[in-house]
Amino acid sequence: MATSYLDKKFSLWDWLTTVDHKKIGTLYFFAGIFYFAVGGLEALLIRIQLMYPMNDFLDGETFNQVMTMHGTTMLFFAATPLLFAFMNWVVPLQIGARDVAFPFLNSLGFWMFFFGALLTNSSFFLGGAPQAGWTSYAPLALDYKGTDFFVLGLQISGAGTIMSAINFLTTIFTMRAPGMTLLRMPLFTWSTVVASALIMFAFTPLTGALFLLMFERMFDAKFFDVAAGGNVVLYEHIFWIFGHPEVYLLVLPAFGIISDVIAAISRKRLFGYHSMVFATVLIGFIGFMVWAHHMFAVGMGPTVNSVFGIATMLVGVPTGIKVFNWIFTMIGGKVQFNTAGLFAVSFIPSFVIGGITGVMLASSAADFQFHDTYFVIAHFHYVIVGGIVQAIFAGMFYWWPKIFGKMLNETLGKWMFWLFLIGFNLTFYIQHYLGLWGMPRRVFTYLPNQGWDTANFVSSVGAFFMTAAVILLVINVIVTFARGEKAVQDPWYGRTLEWSIPSPPPEYNFARTPIVRSNDPWWYEKMQGKKEMQYAEPLAEIHMPNPSIIPMIMAFGTFIAGYGFIYSSWFGVFLGFGITGVCMFIRSIKDDHGQHVHPEGLHVEKGVHHSA
Amino acid sequence: MSTLDFKANGLPAHPEKATQEGRAKLVGFWLYMSAEAVLFATFFGTFMTFRNSVNGGPTGAELFAIPMVFTATAILLVSSLTSVFAIMAMQRNLASKMRFWFAVTVLLGASFLGLEVYEFVEYVHEGHTFTSSPFGSSFYTLVGFHGAHVLFGVLWISTLLLRNINRPIDTYVAPKYYVASLYWHFVDLVWVFIFTIVYLFGMVG
Repeated sequence: MATSYLDKKFSLWDWLTTVDHKKIGTLYFFAGIFYFAVGGLEALLIRIQLMYPMNDFLDGETFNQVMTMHGTTMLFFAATPLLFAFMNWVVPLQIGARDVAFPFLNSLGFWMFFFGALLTNSSFFLGGAPQAGWTSYAPLALDYKGTDFFVLGLQISGAGTIMSAINFLTTIFTMRAPGMTLLRMPLFTWSTVVASALIMFAFTPLTGALFLLMFERMFDAKFFDVAAGGNVVLYEHIFWIFGHPEVYLLVLPAFGIISDVIAAISRKRLFGYHSMVFATVLIGFIGFMVWAHHMFAVGMGPTVNSVFGIATMLVGVPTGIKVFNWIFTMIGGKVQFNTAGLFAVSFIPSFVIGGITGVMLASSAADFQFHDTYFVIAHFHYVIVGGIVQAIFAGMFYWWPKIFGKMLNETLGKWMFWLFLIGFNLTFYIQHYLGLWGMPRRVFTYLPNQGWDTANFVSSVGAFFMTAAVILLVINVIVTFARGEKAVQDPWYGRTLEWSIPSPPPEYNFARTPIVRSNDPWWYEKMQGKKEMQYAEPLAEIHMPNPSIIPMIMAFGTFIAGYGFIYSSWFGVFLGFGITGVCMFIRSIKDDHGQHVHPEGLHVEKGVHHSA
Repeated sequence: MSTLDFKANGLPAHPEKATQEGRAKLVGFWLYMSAEAVLFATFFGTFMTFRNSVNGGPTGAELFAIPMVFTATAILLVSSLTSVFAIMAMQRNLASKMRFWFAVTVLLGASFLGLEVYEFVEYVHEGHTFTSSPFGSSFYTLVGFHGAHVLFGVLWISTLLLRNINRPIDTYVAPKYYVASLYWHFVDLVWVFIFTIVYLFGMVG
């Protein structure tokens, strides 16, 4: 067996300094799964509190903290890093690259996310978590110390997210293998392009909004001081200019995963590839023109509401194109219902339900009824849990063998799937009705006999099913690491380039850069009777980046500075930024030419391509 | 690099784009600037929301003085031109000429900052502070952010100059110079918008 990127003896130093996109993907993955568990635990606390009317499991303030941190954690510290994990793992492999364009920046992006998430979550132990909702509207948010942790933590992790997005875009634009034209890229890579563009243009307004909030809290600015002529609706606008693209930048990579998985499990070329690409770009584009549909009840007037309502309904068109293309891909295919396949297939109806309620919410007249009720909660959980989380699970089972060289257990996987599917629908389907029956969101308890008691109980029971499913997943991962079945190079009879290299791949991914001759390049070569890709170059020394500890220290500096701001300590701020600044200076003045991996290793490598 | 066509002076025609790393740096930096543009757009939007919310304090028309703002603008625009000279020298492999023009750029940037600090001190004396009104808060946020970018650019280009003081131009450092000059143009361009939207609009009321 060839030496894979995992063969090196485990050392903490290696993981702290790594610039290998596969390892950084793994770091993102485990950090993301950790916060997914934390956010899930918070969700469980919410559902236990709401299980019975007038429950006193949590008091109102704790409930608000848990509710706020559930949303914040799931969106920023779980979904985003989990999708970044896939982008890091898969995109360079799918385009035939040996690493990302900026490996150093990749590492910095991860550590910024890591310390940002840590800072926000440390608030639980430092006098109370943020409690103004994940939207953190002014002026409500201005009253809480927890808001400082929200602002600084998101500021730091958001900066990391933006640099990672720039990195992915640059990688895809400049490092594709010969023949990998833009319109031959797999859908997951395409969705990474669009999601990265959304991050670039959506996370920057968030940065702006957070600065306004931060200046108001810490330096007594007057943006939101209505008596002095400030305007609180401004914050809502800027927040949602970020917030709406945010959900699209999460769901588009999910679409990408599903598109790749469905094509693979159907053993068929993706139906309507070009329309899929077009729809992805269009969804990203329209995503920036719909933000005010979160604010119909603010009082912008019927004209504005109608314009944003219609723009929102337009999103249904490209999304519909995608849904039909997935179905048409499966029709006539040999669909394999393995765990990845089950999640991918159940993604479609779940997401469609979320989409339909989305169109209902888009009609602004009706939204006056739906607004701030459990109907909204049901809607976005169908999109996020039914859509994004199921796609993440599908992607996990699909790419795990490639990344770790072992197959996740299918039996445990199928148990998990059914538990999750039942739990998820049990929890959220009834919430549509709860909303229509008038239950407002973000309340910590309710009076009995309003017709909500049974529904809330049912909803809470579902949460336990989902918890059980996630515990099964954790067991599955542990069992697989301990004694999982070894994965072959191409376990799903795959179509894209990542399946043309060993599982797990060597450090440099491709011993020789492949030539891409078609969409689904690996499938094409197999259909031509080839056992390996055609190559663009002879075996030669490979240029790889150097590992570095600087990104971690640089990000740690911002972490210190964050606490400096929170506790109004200029010493802390200067110390933190000093550390970051010195790191930047060192990085700037020290030449870094990378290293060369020698062909001896490549010789061992050669035989492996025939093993499948 | 043997396949590139070399000029007589020993550098490829575009040393900043001669390597894969250099090309990636340029693409990445353009993307970075477009993201930054949106951040500035957010602050411009905030400023335009509050430009008349003076909370009883002085208005823009009362505060802004054309001669000083015009001088600052002229200084910054000229510094953009000098950074172009530096890049032209770099592409001709004239290292000391390039360093000279970058040094001039840094000096102009520093004098712009000096003027800005003077300007802010004046405003504070006239009662226009960060906490006096939404107008004040959004003004200092926008213009201050730009000033911080100028400061960063000054430090960045100075570091580049000092680090490479005795070093010939090659395809490793050329992208660094080029990207620094791109940044400098970007910061100047933002100032053009600040000049128009904050100062000119402010003076006509």
